[in-house]
Amino acid sequence: MNVLILGATRGMGRALARKYAARGAALALLGRDAEDLQRTAADLVARGASAAVQVACDLEKTETILPALHTGSTALGRVDVIVLTAGIYASQESLEASPDLTEKLLRVNLIATIRFCEAAREVLAVQGGGTLCVFSSVAGDRGRKPVAIYGASKAALSHYLESIGYRDHERGIKVVCVKPGFVHTDMTAGLKPPPFAGDPDAVADVVIRAIDRGTPVVYAPRIWGLMMALIKRLPRAFMRRAKF
Amino acid sequence: MKPPERHEPDPVPRDPTSAIAGAASPAWTDVRGWGRLGMRAIETAPQDLIVGSRHAVLTRGLGRSYGDASLPPASRPEVMSTRAADRILAFDPSTGVLRAEAGLSLRSVNAVFMRRGWFPPVTPGTQYVTLGGMVAADVHGKNHHVDGGFGEHVSRVLLRTGDGHVVECSRQSNPSLFAATLGGMGLTGHILEVEFALRPIPSPWIQHETLRIPDLGAFLEQLSASAAHWPFTVGWIDCLKRGAAMGRGVLIRGRFADASRAPRSSPPEISRLRVPFDAPNVVMRDGVMRTLNAVYYATRGLRPAAGIEHPEKFFYPLDALLDWNRLYGRRGFTQYQCVVPRAAGPDGVERMLRVLTDRGGSSFLCVIKDCGAEGLGTLSFPMPGISIAADLPVRPQTQALVDALNETLIALGGRVYLAKDSFTRAEHFRAMEPRLPRFLAERARWDRERRIRSALSVRLMGDPP
Repeated sequence: MNVLILGATRGMGRALARKYAARGAALALLGRDAEDLQRTAADLVARGASAAVQVACDLEKTETILPALHTGSTALGRVDVIVLTAGIYASQESLEASPDLTEKLLRVNLIATIRFCEAAREVLAVQGGGTLCVFSSVAGDRGRKPVAIYGASKAALSHYLESIGYRDHERGIKVVCVKPGFVHTDMTAGLKPPPFAGDPDAVADVVIRAIDRGTPVVYAPRIWGLMMALIKRLPRAFMRRAKF
Repeated sequence: MKPPERHEPDPVPRDPTSAIAGAASPAWTDVRGWGRLGMRAIETAPQDLIVGSRHAVLTRGLGRSYGDASLPPASRPEVMSTRAADRILAFDPSTGVLRAEAGLSLRSVNAVFMRRGWFPPVTPGTQYVTLGGMVAADVHGKNHHVDGGFGEHVSRVLLRTGDGHVVECSRQSNPSLFAATLGGMGLTGHILEVEFALRPIPSPWIQHETLRIPDLGAFLEQLSASAAHWPFTVGWIDCLKRGAAMGRGVLIRGRFADASRAPRSSPPEISRLRVPFDAPNVVMRDGVMRTLNAVYYATRGLRPAAGIEHPEKFFYPLDALLDWNRLYGRRGFTQYQCVVPRAAGPDGVERMLRVLTDRGGSSFLCVIKDCGAEGLGTLSFPMPGISIAADLPVRPQTQALVDALNETLIALGGRVYLAKDSFTRAEHFRAMEPRLPRFLAERARWDRERRIRSALSVRLMGDPP
């Protein structure tokens, strides 16, 4: 199996890459920090990956996306799965305080991510199919006070992923939209975890199963599917007062 | 010579998918030792330890040291966790040499390498520890009598010292810093990377024998006799028994099974239960533990005395019950682990057990083990003799009990294991550690202001609070 991943150096992307490494997959790792990629590649090869090629790619520099996808897919020969976990998170307060940060977040989480997906769709279509797995967020499921801007970027992304899932069905491309809840990673260290917080390894188990089955939308940990189903049904009057 | 610091990479964008709530800045969180002693602190978990350690006061791994070794000082309640820095950086299948980031867990090492025929040369009684923690505590295992502590198998350590330098140390490079780091409880520098050699094993399964032994004298004789033929030996003793049956217990010995005797399949994943809440304090009452001890001793005779065992059941029996420390309730527990030097003989061991039983030191988990030669680590725990480890529920009289045990231990020439300790007094520690001045002198070479410190070093070494 050949897997191309943008975001394998951190958190859930790293955990997912390790699952594929344990299966003996050949990996193409896209990222912007060469040393970080090199250390991650060494880790994945030690864990069983048959190869781990490293390719420079920076979502903030959209001109790097297409060459990186081509380089990665060429190195692998055929790509069975393309995974994108990278993106930016910032609190609502910091985004409100900085229009530049807001623009950057929307550019990376939405525009650059969609450009990556558009290029990835073509890579998969040319070879006759495959799976595109992109990490969105539960934050995009319902408008909420703390994630107005970040959540908007994820809502749009989830919408886009659903649409291309329909568009590409005939081309043999499966699109998997992952919606993680709170997960213990380096970025959430020190944050107070809500109930049902997950860990990257458990999330990766859920995601790899979804990719294997071609599940269009998967919540991870799974309990977040139920949580968001409830939250989506809460009345507006309640949401005006709620802090979450 | 101190090498220049490495170039700091650009900050990596944060992965957005992990957060649902709007909280953005690090918040205060509960940081605890395994014995449940804890405090409120700000915890970070950087993936890049070289960057993350720049201003860190203390590093912690998976929080399995029992006492205050992984808790920061009260005046600087900040701690850096290594759990996100867990990459294998290199593995040489021709030698078994493994280099990894300090947060790599022993559980991961076993999961990746055991099925390929490799195993750590030394393993403690839980696999929920990091390589950095294993170096800091210079952990020992059931094979200390033949293989020494983990530090004997470590070839290199990358540290950020208290004065800010990133330093590689080994037996050849900065050897005195290397020695002070093995068993130095993370006080000589933030441990960033560790290199050590895995050992080839004939199969992942364990050939074991279990013996029920009626008293302490026979137990120590059997322990000594077994050490000559078995690489792994450990004993459980009923430390609530007095009189002739004092020290009765169960001796377990084992070795990796030859491929011809082992099952062909890999050891299956073990299902684990988790203690879901803090048990009421009454659960670990004396009567309950006396009953548990009697049942354990009696039922050992019902199991096959020899056979092939799953490696995790042999090495890590307590890992089958996740969060088992919650059984001790909110008050928690401490483990008193000491080594009684060989020169003190069986009488020395008996004296320690007598103090424990006379003063009501009830314990279900009381483990006895023989230790081999002292290792390279300046402050490493083991010395030739008998190690005794007893879990003690924290009670009002626990301080007096530990004081009494330590006074006896000092008279016998022994010492306590810092990775388990939370009650030893500074004056007792100084009395049992003639090596302390050498350790402090080396530490001062790299950290004159004692920027890197812990609640343990404040308690035992006079660091600024």
